[in-house]
Amino acid sequence: MIRIGIDVGGTNTDAVVMDGTQVLAGVKAATTADVMTGVVEALAQALAAARLAPGAIDAVMIGTTHFTNAVVQRRDLAPTAAVRLGLPATASLPPMVDWPDDLKAAIGGHAYLAHGGHEFDGREISALDEQELLAIADDIRAKNIRAVAISSVFSPVNTECETRARDILKKALPDVHFTLSSDIGRIGLLERENAAIMNACLCDLAKLVVDAFRNALDAAGVKARFYLTQNDGTLMDAAYAENFPVLTFASGPTNSIRGAAFLSGVSDAIVVDIGGTTSDVGALHKGFPRPATVAVEVGGVRTNFRMPDVFSFGLGGGSLVVDGPKGVSVGPRSVGYKLVSEALVFGGQTLTTSDIVAAAGRAEIGDPGKVAGLDPDLIARAEARIAQMLEAGVERSRLSAEPLPVIVVGGGSILVKGAIGGLEVLKPNHFAVANAVGAAIAQVSGEIDRVYSLASMSRAEAIKDATDKATAIAVSAGARAGTIEVVDVEDVPLAYLPGNATRVHVKVVGDLDVA
Amino acid sequence: MSREGFPVVEADLLALSLGAALLGTGGGGNPYIGMLRLRELLRRGATVEVIPLEALDDDAFVGSVGGIGAPVVGVEKIKQGDECLRALRGVEEASGVQCAAIISAEIGGSNSIEPMLTAARAGLPVVDGDGMGRAFPEVQMSTFFIYGLDPSPGAIADDKGNVVVFKHVIDMFWLERFARRTAVEMGAGAGFATTPMPGAYVKKFAVPNTLTQALDVGRVILEARAKHQDVVSRLIDATGATLLFTGKVTGVRRELRGGFAVGEADIAGIDAHAGSNARIAIQNENLVLFVDGQPVAIVPDLIMNLHLETGEPITTETLRYGQKIATIGLPAHELMTTPRALEVVGPKAFGYPDIAFVPLSRQRS
Repeated sequence: MIRIGIDVGGTNTDAVVMDGTQVLAGVKAATTADVMTGVVEALAQALAAARLAPGAIDAVMIGTTHFTNAVVQRRDLAPTAAVRLGLPATASLPPMVDWPDDLKAAIGGHAYLAHGGHEFDGREISALDEQELLAIADDIRAKNIRAVAISSVFSPVNTECETRARDILKKALPDVHFTLSSDIGRIGLLERENAAIMNACLCDLAKLVVDAFRNALDAAGVKARFYLTQNDGTLMDAAYAENFPVLTFASGPTNSIRGAAFLSGVSDAIVVDIGGTTSDVGALHKGFPRPATVAVEVGGVRTNFRMPDVFSFGLGGGSLVVDGPKGVSVGPRSVGYKLVSEALVFGGQTLTTSDIVAAAGRAEIGDPGKVAGLDPDLIARAEARIAQMLEAGVERSRLSAEPLPVIVVGGGSILVKGAIGGLEVLKPNHFAVANAVGAAIAQVSGEIDRVYSLASMSRAEAIKDATDKATAIAVSAGARAGTIEVVDVEDVPLAYLPGNATRVHVKVVGDLDVA
Repeated sequence: MSREGFPVVEADLLALSLGAALLGTGGGGNPYIGMLRLRELLRRGATVEVIPLEALDDDAFVGSVGGIGAPVVGVEKIKQGDECLRALRGVEEASGVQCAAIISAEIGGSNSIEPMLTAARAGLPVVDGDGMGRAFPEVQMSTFFIYGLDPSPGAIADDKGNVVVFKHVIDMFWLERFARRTAVEMGAGAGFATTPMPGAYVKKFAVPNTLTQALDVGRVILEARAKHQDVVSRLIDATGATLLFTGKVTGVRRELRGGFAVGEADIAGIDAHAGSNARIAIQNENLVLFVDGQPVAIVPDLIMNLHLETGEPITTETLRYGQKIATIGLPAHELMTTPRALEVVGPKAFGYPDIAFVPLSRQRS
């Protein structure tokens, strides 16, 4: 199978062509303001480099920062209503209570509280009230709101309230987009609801972006199906992506980590992706990024969906090196994409990390003569500082004393000298386009996070039930049934609860079924 | 000593939540949801007045309220808002008195906030003090009950309007047992009020000034961060805490035993403690700090972990491998270290019969 992986980043749009597990070509094009021009350009370059006709491509996988940027920049967001089921509980904190005012204003800040919801053990908090929901529908229609996010207390345990409320509202509002919180997040009402609202407000943009990608592929003559990558390193097809754009948040670091795993052949490691301005460090666990266990903020809003646990710090190939009375400092300021004009080694006036590496004779870039006069003591101290920053970043991502290897990818990889904090360093081939490789090799997943009462079933039965449900989700998302394997099982007994209430999390992945 | 009261304002909330989290000694629950609720009330015009213990009339009554249930429910089934207020009304009615002020039983963690929410809703002041000076996992572990308060009546209320009053209980342990069971029926997240206490009793047995302490601690952390100072040493200067250990977490073990999160964390010493190894025994809160095998800080003294660089308080749930932490200690209030109190909150009560409580202050001299 021939696939193309494309990663749309802030500076570069990277593309790779892969035949099975072999990388045929990898290219970088500049990201353009309209994104599509850059994608078409990267696609054309990649096909030319691989000497393939557009018709030879079987599938295209795209990782994009479009939707994250839309939320961060508060643009292209649809007016959205948040409908929460749980009264009389939850009345003390209405939806969007902790959102930044400008983001709340950008989507209208429409919040409704209604009856419904469940207790932790599955009992109803109160009965769903159809008349109450129809009155809310009238208000939504009168205000011309196009998207609705529905959340319900303990919907990860029982989805019934959310689905019934959606059916009632949809009859009254046939042309409105609906997002259910149970489709997106896990336990933690405010964070799950936040993610659902953000998803709903991106629904109009999602249609536009998916159409634009489709057009870009058509323009390049590529007839293959295309997929967007999610933040857990797996794929969703175009139709699914139109409904769940929020799942693309932070897919960039995820793709880097997955690509690093693939290129190095290692499945448990720490991955450092060094760009021009920042480095992202994450942990690779059984071939996938380790997910964050605490709330992750996007655009100032707390969410709790499946974000990779990535730590960013200000070290890149363009980071400024400044010697002062308190010693040498590196970053966080950077010349960024102007590296090739502003760094000393390229004839500029600014001392950067790349100059230090060139002066130390560890990289052949620019004109070595332009950094020949640098003080050897400064070079040594700057190199020590860089090593210290890398070690601190890597330490943050380690969960045990186990000596994992460190895989270094990204354009700034030249900064790494030897081992990091005593750990072996791997720099795989094609390290500069690891993110696009990560997109190209993405699989399809299914995931369940529920609370089970072990009073009525055994632990094994609960895990089997969760695994079956997760498998069904993966197949419906496009996985080939025979290839599905369980990649994560976690069961956590819940403190202060009777009946052995246990939270079970199961994740499965399978190969993409392109037939 | 007489002090003025003061209002709690929105600008205090971050400091208060940081301070309450630190005084939670690793437990007490996350104050985030409570902080949001208090912010909402303040933004809608409610006020919270904090008064010193001395301002209480001897024959006025003081109510004590808090949340009861499971932490996981607290982040999913958010409170209706008046659960604790209804429980307070329940104990007032059953005892035939009206409360003139509210006090927290537990300044550490989320139960530092709940009394303020109730005070704001009831239009009452909140007392600058609490029943623990820190966090503990069970209701009977407060000075109020250790020093002989008759636990009847108690009351518990849910989001729906149900209020259950425990009119007569023979001791605190029965009240804890009944309240815990009822809380589960109520969805494992309910409001709890204990019997109103005479002002004279509260003045004698509450741990004083702990709200101010939580605010001060939080302000020191925020100010040190803003000025790029070393948060840990600023905190030690400001509070008189002892730096017990600095190190890197090399392992964390946790399990659930009898409904409590029990575990241990191993720490390898760095800086002044390089070459030493420490271990913290955990039961919801930090119980005992061992350095090179010897207990150096023991419950009920306060054992608190902070991120070495940011000074962010670390709860036992967020302790993880690789963190560089400072462990600091504060002596528990003298009301918590009498023989009578140690029966309930000393090392023996938490399953360490072989460890004798040696107060921090004495070890230092």
